[in-house]
Parts: sequence; structure tokens; C-alpha cells
Amino acid sequence: MGILEIKDVNKRFGGLQALSNVNLSVKEGTIHAIIGPNGAGKSTLLNCLIGKLIPDTGTVTFEGQSVLGRKPHEINQMGISRVFQTPEIFTDLTVFENVMIPCLAKRDGAFQLNAFKPVLGETDIIEKAEQMLIDLKMIDKRHEIASSMSRGDKRRLEMAMCLAQDPKLLLLDEPTAGMARADTNNTIELLKEIQEKRGLTMAIIEHDMHVVFSLAERITVLAQGTPIVEDAPENIKGNKKVQEAYLGGAHE
Amino acid sequence: MLKLDKKDTTLFLVVIAMTLLAPFIMNPFPTDSGLAQFNAGYPDLMQRFAIFGIFAIGFNILFGLTGYLSFGHAAFLGVGSYAAVWMFKLLSFNILPAIFLAVLVAAIFSLAIGFVCLRRSGIYFSILTLAFAQMSFAMAYSVLSNPSFNLTNGETGLQVYADDPQILKGSGPDATHLFGLEMRNTFTLDVGAWAFQFNLGFYICAMFLILAFYISLRIFRSPFGLILRAIKTNQTRLNFTGTNSRPYTLAAFVISGMYAGLAGGLMAAMDPLAGAERMQWTASGEVVLMTILGGAGTLLGPILGAGFIKYFENIFSKINDSVLQSWFSFMPDGLSDFFVSIVHPFVGKGWHLTLGLLFMLVVTFLPGGLVEGGQKIWSRLRNKDKDGGAKSTATTPAE
Repeated sequence: MGILEIKDVNKRFGGLQALSNVNLSVKEGTIHAIIGPNGAGKSTLLNCLIGKLIPDTGTVTFEGQSVLGRKPHEINQMGISRVFQTPEIFTDLTVFENVMIPCLAKRDGAFQLNAFKPVLGETDIIEKAEQMLIDLKMIDKRHEIASSMSRGDKRRLEMAMCLAQDPKLLLLDEPTAGMARADTNNTIELLKEIQEKRGLTMAIIEHDMHVVFSLAERITVLAQGTPIVEDAPENIKGNKKVQEAYLGGAHE
Repeated sequence: MLKLDKKDTTLFLVVIAMTLLAPFIMNPFPTDSGLAQFNAGYPDLMQRFAIFGIFAIGFNILFGLTGYLSFGHAAFLGVGSYAAVWMFKLLSFNILPAIFLAVLVAAIFSLAIGFVCLRRSGIYFSILTLAFAQMSFAMAYSVLSNPSFNLTNGETGLQVYADDPQILKGSGPDATHLFGLEMRNTFTLDVGAWAFQFNLGFYICAMFLILAFYISLRIFRSPFGLILRAIKTNQTRLNFTGTNSRPYTLAAFVISGMYAGLAGGLMAAMDPLAGAERMQWTASGEVVLMTILGGAGTLLGPILGAGFIKYFENIFSKINDSVLQSWFSFMPDGLSDFFVSIVHPFVGKGWHLTLGLLFMLVVTFLPGGLVEGGQKIWSRLRNKDKDGGAKSTATTPAE
């Protein structure tokens, strides 16, 4: 049994069958990549995982509990953190405040009216946020306003925010889309480092092959809404079906 | 001190000093001088400074922190006023129960309205609040003032009549008071050519202003305030961080509604009368102007903005043509008439024009409001002190 189980998921938009009979299982402690050409249904699948879309049939369970129909904050409280295509951070706040908020949310839950405690008195939160920034080598930037940082640093900050919550599963939606090669490589290094240190389970949706093959331990290939292969990276490279899915259009 | 850090303590002390010394600060010109009309140190106006300061501070907790722009906050102020006047009618002229009920009723009212309006954000939220406020205005103006059920006394406005029950009044005074001390009590201190007026009503308002500022300061520095600022910046990320933004925005909405209720209650406490026009959309717009003009999201901004606008409303609007004539009387006849006719549209009834121009200038060049202007000047001065003006480029913000 994997930590995240997707069973017989179908989703139809009008006449388009976006997902048909998707079965997928992400094992604890692995980096699992979901790849596929444009329009294969990667984003639809991701939206089903985070509660944005509800599949027509099928179930999505995380640690045995269904995630379907839950609100984003509830899904996060279950232990799933998400990294977005473009880094979603609190751009007007300082780096340190950015990391403090997830720590607060982790401790206080969905809502807590602590309007009269000074933030500076929350020593446990401050220590945790500091430790996270040290871990991700951002402590010297703690007073910078987040919007002033480079794209790579923003991604690093977003990772720090996610990791500050000690999630059980990290969902990454094309974490390197639109990045320069150098930033891409930095991100790969960062993710590898995190995986080695923490043994975190990650699910990556990606179409950059370079990223996928340097990170993933397990790869699922989606084509036209169906998973066609699931295997280790070295077997995927030579797989005929995968080559067809990516290049096949030209031969038809 | 008071669980504030050093910088905030200084700020708080400055606000306390400014408020308590307002009768001096607002009254810089000798009574007989030509500039005496620019004095704002009379009780009525100073009370209004403090009351609208409270109103704007509360509005800033919602708008400045969460970014939700409410166009209906005057409704809570109006509701507070009505509640207070009802307390005067039923109990006595003591202001404490009146203010208490004003805050309570405004809280319930804002909870109900906020619950509905906060389902949407951005412009839809603003329009919803505007719609609710106008509905409240219409209710107060006509619907709730029919002979069989007269809650608001419609056009005339709610006021205290001689045949009202006032069950706790006994032999108490016939004007609003705090345990016998009447709000209109004023002590005038004559110093040379100056006459400083110390009014009890103003000092009651000032106490509430200081309390209101202190609470807002604590909210700004609390984890709650941090999350409110996060809502303004990126709600998507906040929700994916495990925080439910709805109760937070609702709490901010109710808190700012209570501030508005307090302001409304104080207004009635200074003058036991409540009219529907207090709830109209122009009144809601005014507090938006105050907050933006002073600096939304800053601590001091709303108070400055409120003071600024109220000053204009009361001082500039009093400059009429004969005053202008006396200003320019040193010039030859034709020339003075020319200047009077140029300045005329901007003062007296045209004070809105001046305010509008100033507002445009501030929003264009100082998006952070008057507070940002002050900070820019301050940092420029400090830099000049340090490097003899050589490094003035360092102060220009990177955009």
C-alpha cells in the first residue's frame, strides 16, 4: 500500500475524457514522477489530488483517508504540502515572516484568534523558522522582502515554507517550468538534498525529462488520460510505448 | 512596556502625548490674530478628530491588513449611534452603557454582514458591503420609522425627548455625562493671547482613541496580524499552508465593525442624536479616503488621514470671500480681486476640490500615504546629516 492511492479515477469534461481509469500508488519515502506530453491529463490529475476537482468516479486516498471534496487547508492539515509552478510565496512579507506563517499554521490549525500575543514572544515558532532557514541556507536573507529575490531563491523559500510543516507528502507541480538551466539544476540539487536528508515522499508532475530522470525513483507515464507505463527510470527510457506517446504523433 | 518593543513603545508614547496635548497643538495661533481661523483647538472639532481617528484605525485593521476594501463601514457607525441614543432614551444620559451597547450591536451587525460579504473577495466584496450599507441606510431612513414601529425616527433623526422613560435618570444631569460629569464641561485656560480649551468630552474620546490605537498596535504585532497580512499578499498560498482564511477575514471584519460602532457610540455620546445620513455611502467613502490618504496598512496613517480630512472639512470650508478679501487686501484693487477669484473655487464650499487635488497628488506620488511622505523626508534628512547630502541617491526606493 502506498501513502497516496489513486484508484479507478475517471474525469470527463464535456466530450473529452480527461482521465480514464487512472490507478496510481505513491510509496512512502520515494520520489514518484508523473510525466506525459501536453494534454495527457497531468494537471487534471493534480487538481483531483488537491481537492480542486472532484473525479466522476474513483477514489483518492491519503494514508487511508479520502482527500476528495476537502478544502485546500484541510488537505494541507492531513500532511500534504504543495509546490506551485510559479513559486507562491507571501511577496510583501520578509523571508522570515514567510517561513513563520507555515509554522504558525502547523501549530495553531485552521484558525486561532491570538490577536494579543506579540509575534516576538512565540519563541518556539521563531526557533523553528530559523532552523529551517539555516537548513536551506537562507538565514542571511531573513530580513529581505520576498518579492525582491531571484526566481531560484523564491523557489528555495517556497520549499522552506513547505518543509517547515514537516509534510508527509510533497506535491510538486512542474517545479522547474520556465526556469533557466542553472536555476533548474539548483532546484534539482535542492530536491535531492532534501530527499537524502529527510527521506520525504514526493510526487512530481513534470514534463522536463532532464529533471525527471535526475530525480525520480519511479515514473508513471500518462498519455491521453491513461497511465501507460509505470517503472523505474532506466526502464522508461527504452520503453517503446513511451517513445510512441511522446513522438508517435509524427508517424501516424 | 505593555508588551511592546522599544520602537512601538516610543510610537505609542508619541500618540498619547499628541492626543493629550491636542488642545495646545491644535491651537497654535493667538485668538486675536488673523490666523486664528486656522486653529482647530475647539472641543467640537477635536472630538471629531478623535472619533474619526478611531473609525479609521478600525477600518485599517480590515483594509490595511487583509486588503478587503469595505465600502459599507458607515453602516456600523450608524448602528452604533442608534444603539447609543436608544440607551439614552431608555436608561439615562450616562455614556458607558450607551457605548457598550453601541459596540455590541455593531459587532453582531458586522458579524451578520461579514458572514455574507466575505464569501467573495475583491470588487465583489466591496459591492456587497456597499449594497448592505445602502440597505441599512434605506431601512433607517424610512422602513424602520413608521408610526407603529419607530426605531430610527427617519428623517428627523433619533433623539431624546422629555417624555422618554430614562428609567435610571433620577436626578442626573440633562445632558450626556459620565457618572455626573457632563461631556460639554469645558475649562478654558488663558495664556497670554491664547485661549486653550480643555473639554471633558474630548478627553473621553481621546482615552478611547489611545485604547483603540493600543489594541490595533497589538493586533499588528500579533500572529493574527501576521496572518491577516498574509491574506492580503497571497491567499492561495495561505490556504495551502493549512490556514482557513475565512474565519480570519471575518474576525478582522468584526473587529473593525466594533471600532466603527465605538466611533458611532462616541458620536452620540458627544451629541445625543443619530441620523440616517451617518450610514450613507458618502460616509463610508470618507473613511476609505482617510485611510488611504494617511497610509493604508500603517499604524499612524489612519489617524493622520482622519485628522487631515476633518481639518479640511471644518477649516477650509469656512474661508469665504470676505476672508479672502482681507488676505489679499494689501494688493492693489484689481490684482486682489484677481487673486480672490482664483483662490475662491478651492475654499469655502469648494474645499472638496482642494481635498480631491491633494488626494490625487498623494496617491500618485506617495502611494503609502502621508506616512510614506513623512518617512521619505525623515530618511532624507538623516542621510544628509550623515554624509552631508552626498549620498542622497541611496534613499530613492528601488522599484
